[in-house]
Amino acid sequence: MKAAVIVFPGSNCDRDLATAFEKVTGQLTAMVWHRETTLPEGIDVIGVPGGFSYGDYLRSGAMAARSPIMRAVANAAAQGRMVIGICNGFQVLTEAGLLPGALLRNEGIKFVGRDVALTVANSQTTFTSRYDSGEGVTFPVAHHDGRYTADAATLDRLEGEGRIALRYAEEVNGSERQIAGIVNDAGNVIGMMPHPERAIEDAHGRTDGLRMFEGLLAAA
Amino acid sequence: MKARVFVTLKPGVLDAQGKAIHHALEGLGFAGVNDVRQGKLIELDLADGTSTAQIEDMCRKLLANTVIENFRVETA
Repeated sequence: MKAAVIVFPGSNCDRDLATAFEKVTGQLTAMVWHRETTLPEGIDVIGVPGGFSYGDYLRSGAMAARSPIMRAVANAAAQGRMVIGICNGFQVLTEAGLLPGALLRNEGIKFVGRDVALTVANSQTTFTSRYDSGEGVTFPVAHHDGRYTADAATLDRLEGEGRIALRYAEEVNGSERQIAGIVNDAGNVIGMMPHPERAIEDAHGRTDGLRMFEGLLAAA
Repeated sequence: MKARVFVTLKPGVLDAQGKAIHHALEGLGFAGVNDVRQGKLIELDLADGTSTAQIEDMCRKLLANTVIENFRVETA
């Protein structure tokens, strides 16, 4: 499996995500600067990392979503390549229209940076295949704009189609229906606010996130 | 020509910052504030002859996220 990570000005989880991919692929991750217009040949999975791209100007993820490289990412997604957006990456994917809904300021106004309990809502997605449905996992979160919002019809559709991959098992940010991560209708794009790439080694304190990357390896 | 774009959260979308401002106003002793909604004002300096349709295109493609926000354009 070959992985690429998109780097925007202000990304700060790009190295962590690249390391997580490398841990399962055994290959160097391609780092792709946002001004590029094409992805390297043969990429199976594209990571859109966390951080504060463009200083969160206008709206979190808004400027990054209009970067030249995002057209290539959208094309790759349309061709069925896997795309995983974490934290700011989730915001970028919603702003780019690759995932429905939007992420707004946390209900409690404050930045939330801590480990949170999550439930794997659907283990049938490409990204959660190494987990069991209903299984509890713990990933760190670190965000200010993580409150997932969409209209009721969209939320019903996400729920009905099993596209809610992860839910918060505790109150974190006021997200509609406790949504922490969703997949697109084709099932090859996921966005989530929690950071699985920060829970892959014993030194992180837990390794719950590793299976997400192992699942990608199995799917590629 | 100048244009002003007002971007506001759609009705029904919880405005956490607006609520915090509301509480702060109450804390300062201002009674009778029923609700506060916070938005953005974006001022554009444009080539003369830029059409309203072009400005609205800017709004839909970048200035507003129409999933959660409405926009209104004023030209002068």
